[in-house]
Amino acid sequence: MNFVSPDLSPAFAEMFVLGMTCLVLVVDVYLKDSQRGITYVLSMLTLLGAAAITATSGVVARELTFSGHFVSDPMGDVLKLVVYATTAVVFMYSRDYLRKNDLFKGEFFMLALFAMLGIMVMISAGSMLSLYLGLELLSLSMYALVAFQRDSAQAAEAAMKYFVLGAIASGCLLYGISLLYGMTGTISLSGVSAIFSSADQFNIPVLFGLSFVVVGVAFKFGAVPFHAWVPDVYQGAPAAVTLFIASAPKIAAFALAIRLLVDGLGDLQGGWQDMLVALSVLSIIIGNLVAIVQTNIKRMLAYSTISHVGFILLGILTGSQEGYAAAMYYAIAYVVMTTGAFGLIIILSRKGYEAEHLDDFKGLNSRSPWLAGMMLMLVFSMAGIPPFVGFYAKLTVLMGLVEVGLTWLAVLALVFSVVGAFYYLRVVKLMYFDEARETGEPEAALDIRVLLSANAALVLLLGLFPDGLMSLCIKVFQ
Amino acid sequence: MAIWESIPEQFQMVLIILAQVLAVTIVVTLCVAYLTLAERKVIGYIQNRIGPNRVGPKGLLQPFADVIKLLLKEVVVPSSANRFLFVIAPLLSITPALAAWAVMPLFPGFTLANINAGLLYVLALTSLGVYGVILAGWASNSKYAFLGAMRSAAQIVAYEIAMGFALVAVVMASGSLNLGEIVEAQAGGAGLLNWFWLPLFPLFVVYFISGVAETNRAPFDVAEGESEIVAGFHVEYSGVTFAIFFLAEYANMILISALTAVFFLGGWLSPFQGLFGEDSVLGAPGLFWFALKTAFFLFCFLWFRATFPRYRYDQIMRLGWKIFIPVTIVWIFVLGAMIAFQVPPWFA
Amino acid sequence: MEILFYVFATVLVGAAIGVITARNPVHSVLYLVLAFFNSAVLWLLLEAEFLAIVLVLVYVGAVMVLFLFVVMMLDVNVESVKSGFTRYAPVGVLVMVIIAVELAQVIWVRHMGLRGVGELTPMPADYNNTRELGLLLYTEYFYAFELAAVILLVAIVAAISLTMRRRPGLKAQDIARQVGVRREDRVKLVKMDAEERQ
Repeated sequence: MNFVSPDLSPAFAEMFVLGMTCLVLVVDVYLKDSQRGITYVLSMLTLLGAAAITATSGVVARELTFSGHFVSDPMGDVLKLVVYATTAVVFMYSRDYLRKNDLFKGEFFMLALFAMLGIMVMISAGSMLSLYLGLELLSLSMYALVAFQRDSAQAAEAAMKYFVLGAIASGCLLYGISLLYGMTGTISLSGVSAIFSSADQFNIPVLFGLSFVVVGVAFKFGAVPFHAWVPDVYQGAPAAVTLFIASAPKIAAFALAIRLLVDGLGDLQGGWQDMLVALSVLSIIIGNLVAIVQTNIKRMLAYSTISHVGFILLGILTGSQEGYAAAMYYAIAYVVMTTGAFGLIIILSRKGYEAEHLDDFKGLNSRSPWLAGMMLMLVFSMAGIPPFVGFYAKLTVLMGLVEVGLTWLAVLALVFSVVGAFYYLRVVKLMYFDEARETGEPEAALDIRVLLSANAALVLLLGLFPDGLMSLCIKVFQ
Repeated sequence: MAIWESIPEQFQMVLIILAQVLAVTIVVTLCVAYLTLAERKVIGYIQNRIGPNRVGPKGLLQPFADVIKLLLKEVVVPSSANRFLFVIAPLLSITPALAAWAVMPLFPGFTLANINAGLLYVLALTSLGVYGVILAGWASNSKYAFLGAMRSAAQIVAYEIAMGFALVAVVMASGSLNLGEIVEAQAGGAGLLNWFWLPLFPLFVVYFISGVAETNRAPFDVAEGESEIVAGFHVEYSGVTFAIFFLAEYANMILISALTAVFFLGGWLSPFQGLFGEDSVLGAPGLFWFALKTAFFLFCFLWFRATFPRYRYDQIMRLGWKIFIPVTIVWIFVLGAMIAFQVPPWFA
Repeated sequence: MEILFYVFATVLVGAAIGVITARNPVHSVLYLVLAFFNSAVLWLLLEAEFLAIVLVLVYVGAVMVLFLFVVMMLDVNVESVKSGFTRYAPVGVLVMVIIAVELAQVIWVRHMGLRGVGELTPMPADYNNTRELGLLLYTEYFYAFELAAVILLVAIVAAISLTMRRRPGLKAQDIARQVGVRREDRVKLVKMDAEERQ
């Protein structure tokens, strides 16, 4: 027996994150409550180090290691960098909020880092097995984070719903994977892809397996009709956790879809395209319509997320490289917008009070014109109003659809985006034209203000100069 | 002989195996019987008493008297007990204790069933013993019994982890899961210094103490805890059903002692292997050494009972989770280093 | 061998049905134990001795004990839990049929040559199941193995962070403080003049 050590270099970032998280875990045990800042700093250093490793790795082509269970490619690296940045932003926004609500504990950072590790594993999964394990790592950390606020009955309820539905979804995905494994005899994505590219594709069992896999993916995205958990979890979880759940895992879901449906089952595109069409149409319609009647801004943003997810799925279902690039661009743009919006909710929240009602935004302009201005940019971007990034993201997706001949879908999506603009603009109306219920400027630390401004500026900049990111997205899919 | 030869070969094999199984079971049962006597005698002398000495010469027939007494007594099933589970619980606790002997290497070349994953098999069976206790406690429909069962369940699950880790180290050191091979891996010129108790000393201690806890024996006998919860899980049992619980407890003690001897004290190997050579009486491996080592550990069981006061429940849990498990994990790393550096005489 | 398989398979299916039909939750758990045990035996028949024993060790020996522990502690009102049974039964049966059909399809597809299933041949007596499994786990599936370990670590962290908290008013011993007590902390000797007799 001779043991050949696998090539570890492509997975350095993952190993670094795991090692650092374990270090944080141990260090945190010995810290007093007043010293939690050290945990925060260490977590940020972890993200910084990981970013440095990924950025300098310079991957230009697909590389497989760990017997094909791990794949590293430019798409993975770009997505990972986005995830690091998102997590860092989440930590920065959350710090003061957690302190105020007695949630500033090491576990928050550890669980978030573990969740991020799960996302990284999913992004660079080379086999269905590692994809599933990454997903479980992410979900398990998420369940715990949602339930993190021990004294909140709402959080406990949300965690319970999330856990039960998440378990069912994981079961569906796993069952689909097992069916595919049963038919192909391999769990490596490239192996599955090789078999389907040569074999007679459409028999009933393959479709069965495929549909279970798509259900799993749809659940993780939160696409209609597998969206039931999204509003409850967004509302029930503490705002800092909602911020995290709303942002980074969407990148993971995108990676899940690309790895599984494109890398592994790309030759079955004819099969999953129809399923995704149904999912995305439903998501865009229901998401936009139901959001209109929400009075809770967290729920409203949840439904808006659902409609955005519909757009990401639209990009994926085109099956073209331009479409994938557009979906990736949309996912990144979505993450930038959503971190800003939830960041603002966090800023408006006080000790023991979540600013989650639309009324809390009333007259924000009179309290703080700067914050109102930032929110205005974010909301305009979400609604898809030029010149913000949301507009360009929607545009590329729709162009991708038209290119593959799905014009009717593009028209439908456009119509419902216009419908959706209504509830976004309502927020603007509340901020600028209604009487404030309270007075006084919301408190926020300087770094958080700077961060929010940068966030909103990014929304504008990416909208004005979309070419850099867009060409990057196109490049990684070639 | 003629009759024997007339039996088809397949049946001959079945008969031989049956006879072996029967022989081992009967010996174990007899050992249990005399262990009860030994316990009373040893503890008696430790407490400056004589112990039972009325039945037979020096009290040697006492176990039989006990058995007959218990057999003749009525089995009372409490009125709202779950009858089926109540009766089956004692059987569930005795079966694993006896079944585990199937893989025990008694002397060179003899094991009832020489399976590759013997160690796992033993671990699996000892973990099953807890069902007897839990079901007895629940089926009795009695608060005391239920409390005893709950305590015992938590305790056994906790200590199983430490035991499992200790055995991981044994597997690492011997490179096998087969009990016979584990014994052979401890053979060598240095005699008793070659056995695993020395390189694995902390684990040896952890394993044996966990074994005491797993069998619910003093000082870990909170499941019975006669001063707090009467007799714990078997408070409602009488007659034969009680006798079987009794049998199971002592059979488990013997099993743990024998396993400790196999894992850490070289099973059938002679302590003077290098000194006198394999051919001399003292140097030769054999059942005698195995029995002697087992007897030593059994004596420790009795000794503990006569010496130590009962642990408080939270202290038991502390010991299991916060001391034993970390110790075993650390020592697994130490052992890994020892194996990597090929420390003589064990890993050279 | 075949007869043995059918015997154990029948018991397994019977036990599985028992799990969902038993009126008493403790009985359900015990049926589940029986089901696990029988699946372990089925694996033994397939010469997967390591998996079989580990199934017994982990599920029967540890997981189900904790299940039993919890179920016994809870005072579940069985009738109210079971009340929806007949209502949901048709859906359950439907799902079961679909899953069975799918599995049959998959097996059928494999036989039809998408990928040929080799004839199963018994392994020689000295074939060590555990060793082979270990070799695979630490070479080909090393990455997945490590990931599983991380998932377990997260499970521990999550469980502890969700359950452990210091409740105010909880009476517990602080052993370090108990041991650290000095006489001066507890006993105060006061010098007094003797009082005059009245």
